[in-house]
Amino acid sequence: MSDQIPSNQIRHGSSIGQPLTRRDGILKVTGAAAYAADHHPPGMLFAVMAVSRIARGRVTRLDVAAARSHPGVVAVMTPQNKPALAQHPDEKHDGFTFRLDLLQDDRVRYANQPVAVVIAETLEAATEGAALLDPAYEEEVPAVGLDAAEPFTPRAIGVGDPADVETGDVAAGLAAAAHTIAATYETPAQYHNAMEPHAVVATWDGDRLDLDMPSQGLAMAQGRIAGLFGIAPADIHIRSPFLGGGFGSKGMVAGPQVLGIMAARLVGRPVKLVMSRPQMFGPVGHRAPTRQTLRLGVAEDGRLTALDHETLTATSTFDDFIEPSGGVSHTLYATPALATRHRAVRLDTGTPLFMRAPGEASGSVALEGAIDEMADACGLDPLEFRLRNYAETEPASGKPFSSKALRACYAQGAEAFGWDKRPLAPGQMRNADGLLVGWGVGTATFPALMFQAEARAVVTSTGAASVAIGAIDMGQGAWTALAQIAAEELGLAIEAIDFRIGSSDLPNGGIAGGSAHTATAGTAIKGAASDVIAQLAALATQDSRSPLYGAGNAGVIARDGRLVRRDDESRSETFTEILVRAGRESVEGKGAAGPDAAREHYAMHAHGAVFAEVTVDPDLGQIRATRLVGAFAAGRIINPRLVRSQYYGGMIWGVSFALHEQAVMDPRTGRPINANLAEYHVPVNADVPSLAAILVEEEDPHVNPLGIKGVGEIGVTGSAGAIVNAIWHATGRRVRRLPVTLDTLL
Amino acid sequence: MIPFEYVRATDVAGAVAAGAAPGAAYLASGTNLLDLMKGGAVRPTRLVDITRLPGLAAVERREDGSLRIGALVRNSDLAHDPAFARAYPAVAEALLSGASAQLRNAATAAGNVMQRTRCPYFTDTGSACNKRRPGSGCDARGGETRLHAILGWSEACIATHPSDFCVPLVALDAEVEIAGPAGTRTVPLDSVHRLPGDAPERETVLEPGELMTALVLPPEAAAFAGHSRYLKVRDRTSYAFAVVSAAAALRCENGRIAEARLALGGVALKPWRAREAERLLAHRAPDEAAFRAAAEAALAGAKPSGDNAFKIELARRLVVRALSHAASGTPERLPALPGSVFAPAPEAAHV
Repeated sequence: MSDQIPSNQIRHGSSIGQPLTRRDGILKVTGAAAYAADHHPPGMLFAVMAVSRIARGRVTRLDVAAARSHPGVVAVMTPQNKPALAQHPDEKHDGFTFRLDLLQDDRVRYANQPVAVVIAETLEAATEGAALLDPAYEEEVPAVGLDAAEPFTPRAIGVGDPADVETGDVAAGLAAAAHTIAATYETPAQYHNAMEPHAVVATWDGDRLDLDMPSQGLAMAQGRIAGLFGIAPADIHIRSPFLGGGFGSKGMVAGPQVLGIMAARLVGRPVKLVMSRPQMFGPVGHRAPTRQTLRLGVAEDGRLTALDHETLTATSTFDDFIEPSGGVSHTLYATPALATRHRAVRLDTGTPLFMRAPGEASGSVALEGAIDEMADACGLDPLEFRLRNYAETEPASGKPFSSKALRACYAQGAEAFGWDKRPLAPGQMRNADGLLVGWGVGTATFPALMFQAEARAVVTSTGAASVAIGAIDMGQGAWTALAQIAAEELGLAIEAIDFRIGSSDLPNGGIAGGSAHTATAGTAIKGAASDVIAQLAALATQDSRSPLYGAGNAGVIARDGRLVRRDDESRSETFTEILVRAGRESVEGKGAAGPDAAREHYAMHAHGAVFAEVTVDPDLGQIRATRLVGAFAAGRIINPRLVRSQYYGGMIWGVSFALHEQAVMDPRTGRPINANLAEYHVPVNADVPSLAAILVEEEDPHVNPLGIKGVGEIGVTGSAGAIVNAIWHATGRRVRRLPVTLDTLL
Repeated sequence: MIPFEYVRATDVAGAVAAGAAPGAAYLASGTNLLDLMKGGAVRPTRLVDITRLPGLAAVERREDGSLRIGALVRNSDLAHDPAFARAYPAVAEALLSGASAQLRNAATAAGNVMQRTRCPYFTDTGSACNKRRPGSGCDARGGETRLHAILGWSEACIATHPSDFCVPLVALDAEVEIAGPAGTRTVPLDSVHRLPGDAPERETVLEPGELMTALVLPPEAAAFAGHSRYLKVRDRTSYAFAVVSAAAALRCENGRIAEARLALGGVALKPWRAREAERLLAHRAPDEAAFRAAAEAALAGAKPSGDNAFKIELARRLVVRALSHAASGTPERLPALPGSVFAPAPEAAHV
């Protein structure tokens, strides 16, 4: 493994493409990086939520007197005395507004729903006060599990896509097929468990609001909070320089964070509210469970004649977020007939929301499993079967791909893994300890999205440079990668730039989500920096006193703090010289990014291939993923070290999806019974013995001006399916319910 | 949390006096107790800190060949004591199978014995639990029961005891030294934990104020060193409680089993000694037929307490595996758990 990237992606003097270590790394490992909950403004109080024990019903009594009389308790916020809001928390304004539980009434809609907030001088007093509230309930029977309610056809899935899509004639394709299979896969509810739980430190100053709060989207959070409190977005200042993980859970301001702000309003003092780990299993979104049935038909030549992908999933009783599992089938395999359908049931849970690769992760497991089953039915190697059904154009839309190096991913991944030594039949390999060994493959895919963002760049006559954007580093490395883009475009060393992100008083950096943040924020930064350079170039090339006079805007490049004449590198001058002579203190550039017209004409996706090795104890069923090799093509790579880290993280999420992670709900009460990190399993280091991520070269002239596709989510896709397929190859048993646990293999 | 009194004991007599008060609990490293207090599952009104008690952190090899493990000996220190691991390899293996490195560095020997069940209905104050609140019922019955008991459970409680350490200790006839208001006494570890019956709130035979001061391995325990294993089946490679575990120790003479010891973990509210299986193994050749017969005997009384029938067959298979591993001899080096790609060197890969 190396941190080198293909030579054609490194340019002379470039910052882009360099494997820089995280610029915030030392701050983080020394504990100097201040996360939201590390802030303690003077006079700050602590708020603790009391959450519902039941999943459905009403709160009939809260012992407010007991809580209030506990030493140190300052106030108890209930539906009766909560500050008035300008908007009802159930009002919806657009596809990105989700209903919140802000003590609007006595209804309980899911377990762990906030029912009151206790504010106290100490965390301990607030915690005990919350316990003393001891709510009484009028309980109703909750709907738990996918069979507990009548399915309905959602109006939209994900963020506005149609529930049903069909191209070609699936029935005819299945009827004409030489082989058909039908397979039903089930994936569990998974809950967000970033290291940093949701937190807020809120300070009101009249109608101005100051917040330390982890957020993946500052402007959206400002807008939502402004609407709820009836104040101007510009009067809300959010600082979010570091996140202890986002993964979608901090994409929108969460109800508990708003409760912290309400608590501060109520008591007129700064308030900190931090969610406890068990409280994460309710009000902050989760990945919904799915039951997916795939029907595939192939002709004698092993080519698909039809692909039908039906998803049953769940949303809450009071809002809609429909896990779009069928989306991967729109993209991955060539088929003349394709149908995806989504149905949902309403359960007494919090509203499921975005969780790393929402739709793609769960859909990929089912699709990759079914594809593997069909390869077996055809007697074909699973990789050969995938190549035989390689999509040259996007099956659902018919559009060409803006770029697609998936063949190279398959080839490089297979070679690194040693796939050619794989016996076709299952149950053929054992290791020295007598454990069954199996190899599986899964195709990875994630759309290359673009959102909207703005950036500002300034160069002053003293030689100082600054770049500002309200972008978010949630651990993926925005502090570093985005600064590399800024340095590249300004022609400056990265250390020479005062680079600022993570604050809402900076230009709107959009949302760090959808694996699109580097592409979006990076494009805005590129625009702002190019604007600065263009202005400097105009000053110089139109000034007869400049050595660059007459070069024309396109005739100079920025390098090492100078503009250099492209056709004669001996002619150059510094930014400072240009500005001083022009009598300017500074130039300011603005940049903006957004989806452009090329999206009408091209399908844009990152791709990859993940190869997995597992061992299975033939007697005890114990499963271990022993080796994962992923090869991914995601356009231009800004920082290979950070990108590899993203792939590793995604692949480990794939291990988690395949073998570990599930929220277990008591079927009688709808309460999560493993709401802690001892029992809600995610992989520990020992579960991840060997990982390799190969960065496959790919140039994309269409996707955005930087040629970047996202890398944050694709690693989850493909990986889980590859592991499930490897378990089949080890044992001959096809387990279609995830996570795969040892009892299913006894 | 509710205010509680904190008392730092300076000698055993003082600790016992302070610990005899109603609502008192002993505090060693607190790896289990503090979590339960934060969650409200237990609410002691007095914590008696015993970490400063003199003389309880030593491992003492005694002239009669027995070994005395002070109550405050850290799990990691004991597991990594080479002489200890040589003499009682299954115990070392069990210690290293438990929790995580960080927890093992803090957790004490007696604390491991006294740890509470991981039954989620016990830790969740929103659920009924006869152990937490006697007479309130058992919400585990009919609930999520994949990891619950298959042996020795009652309608009142189907929880399991989560310790790894205790399983080989019980197999090796370890004893517990207890100091109390009425003086000291010694009790077999196998008798310390109670089966639930109709009083699951009474978890051990320790009376109020009684304090475990040491664990003692008798002289004959070391005779099994050449043929001892502890195997643990779990859903995650580290930091996971046993689905089922087994400690097997054999004393072999002339190619036959002279004496066998067998205990199971994760199956009952106490470490489960399988004495009938041991009797069946005695004087037999160490072969698969013998091991299968032992496994059948060990699980003879097992019945699912819910959706966990698989644990019975799993336990049988694990018994066979543990016995056959033990029969083939204790390995020169205890097998480390698979290391991580992130471990800097293979030697450091022990987790």
